[in-house]
Amino acid sequence: MIISVASGKGGTGKTTVAASLASVKDNCVYIDCDVEEPNGHLLLNPKIDFEEKVYKKLPQIDYNKCDFCGKCVEVCEFNALINLKFEIILFEEMCHWCGSCKYFCPAKAITDREKEIGVLRCGSVNEHLIFADGILKIGEISSVPLIKELKKKVIKEKINIIDSPPGTSCAMIESVKDSDFCILVTESTPFGLSDLKIAADVLNEIGIPFGVIINKYKPEFKEMENYLNDNMMDILLKIPFDRKIAEDYSKGILPVFNNNELKNAFAGLINNLKTTKVPEKTDV
Amino acid sequence: MFDKSYKQIVILSGKGGTGKTTFSSSLAAILNNKIVIDCDVDAANLFLILKHEVISTFDYYGGKKALINQTKCTECGLCQGLCSFDAISNFTVDQLSCEGCGFCYRICPFEAVIFKQIVSGKYYECLLPDNSKFYYAKLYAGEGNSGKLVSELKRKALENIPPEIEWVIVDGPPGVGCPVNASAAAADYVVIVTEPTLSGVHDLKRLTELLNTFKINAGIVINKYDLNMDLTSQIFKYAGNNGLPVIGTIPFDKEFMNALINGENIVEVNENIREIMYSIRNQIEQQLELAFN
Repeated sequence: MIISVASGKGGTGKTTVAASLASVKDNCVYIDCDVEEPNGHLLLNPKIDFEEKVYKKLPQIDYNKCDFCGKCVEVCEFNALINLKFEIILFEEMCHWCGSCKYFCPAKAITDREKEIGVLRCGSVNEHLIFADGILKIGEISSVPLIKELKKKVIKEKINIIDSPPGTSCAMIESVKDSDFCILVTESTPFGLSDLKIAADVLNEIGIPFGVIINKYKPEFKEMENYLNDNMMDILLKIPFDRKIAEDYSKGILPVFNNNELKNAFAGLINNLKTTKVPEKTDV
Repeated sequence: MFDKSYKQIVILSGKGGTGKTTFSSSLAAILNNKIVIDCDVDAANLFLILKHEVISTFDYYGGKKALINQTKCTECGLCQGLCSFDAISNFTVDQLSCEGCGFCYRICPFEAVIFKQIVSGKYYECLLPDNSKFYYAKLYAGEGNSGKLVSELKRKALENIPPEIEWVIVDGPPGVGCPVNASAAAADYVVIVTEPTLSGVHDLKRLTELLNTFKINAGIVINKYDLNMDLTSQIFKYAGNNGLPVIGTIPFDKEFMNALINGENIVEVNENIREIMYSIRNQIEQQLELAFN
């Protein structure tokens, strides 16, 4: 099964939750899809076995064939091409490689070439936990092609934990899509609540069942629970606001290693997800 | 060398949740003659803490999307096989996967594909209590093109700026991708809000690498600095080696969360933080003078 961990707001504890889940259960695969800022490796310390370069395609113009008719420029919706009559200029970062220019070129002058956009790393944390992450090259603006490659590392027979990037844009959708269940991690602040609502809307739209973990939980912020209750969203776990957890995190120590209560809560959570897919509520 | 009246300060972090928005709202509260722009269009938060009144709302057209007219479609399947984004199945276009390239629209022999501009978000022009302008945007869930919305939002905010404006404060998004590039465009100074955690330091390095390609002056604020003094001193060392001044340190304090929960701006309720913010403002002013004189 595939369980994704997402949040809307950054810094709510997605990676902590995803890495904790992967650590308390055997037979897991942890995949860090936050390729702009991958941090899972800092908490899990995997041994990397191999790296693969990931490429995106770009059009390549054969000037022996090109007669500068301008058809490619006309069909490019992303304004990635300019016809100078003696050269076709490509703005690489604007190209989505839809293939229109290649397909419609009357002179058949366009082929494709590859450009490296990042690397994908695979390894393991121990015999129970397989690890994969991706690192987007600095200056590259779209992480979606890298996330698509990374998601091929899903192993169907295992429990796959996908660590999603923050936000609710294309990169987040690409990461959580095809999940059996999504865990949204939020925090007890108006910021956390506002971004949770947006993320919940996205998951409802794509039709992925989800539950919520409230991290840095503070009972005073009642609006959070009111919202979750009013919308019949499950609270899977509440992790208290605690300086010790923050200090451990700063050193790369997962809270499940120092706190048995949390460890049991995470183990219970993942077992529930695995067996029923309708998680039961847990409190810490 | 400088024909505009204002200085544009962009707040970035790499890692999410280090305190960009709280920092931006604090800086906004102690600067006058300013414009404030929230460029985190995926997950806008500044509007929650800055009391404001919306004066204009604009539609954002992020691009086109394809739709199949079922009465014209003969289910020939040509478009499905050619779509590079696997957005078409069962002769319908998945609106979330469609990147708006128009390939299917151009290729369909039966003109069954409708291809049109869609509203992918909204942006707002607002007034703050001191009559400063504040701009923010909301990208609709699942839309791409957030960088384009950031550029459009900034263009709106920066057009016809009155000459008395001295500061433009831009609260940026996390990450190092497309909307970050758009947010940092034309910045005079970038404040990197980081934290002494392994992830914070890791992401700080990636962000610095990106900023080096832009050649923008930047300084570092270490938020929650007392959470891990070893890493805080590592950040100081890294900053020194990379010619990045540390322009302020802010303690880990539950008061930040309490102020947020109570809907208060931390600088208005906490004197210690207010003093720290004054000092950071002075540092930014000095850095800008150094850079431009």
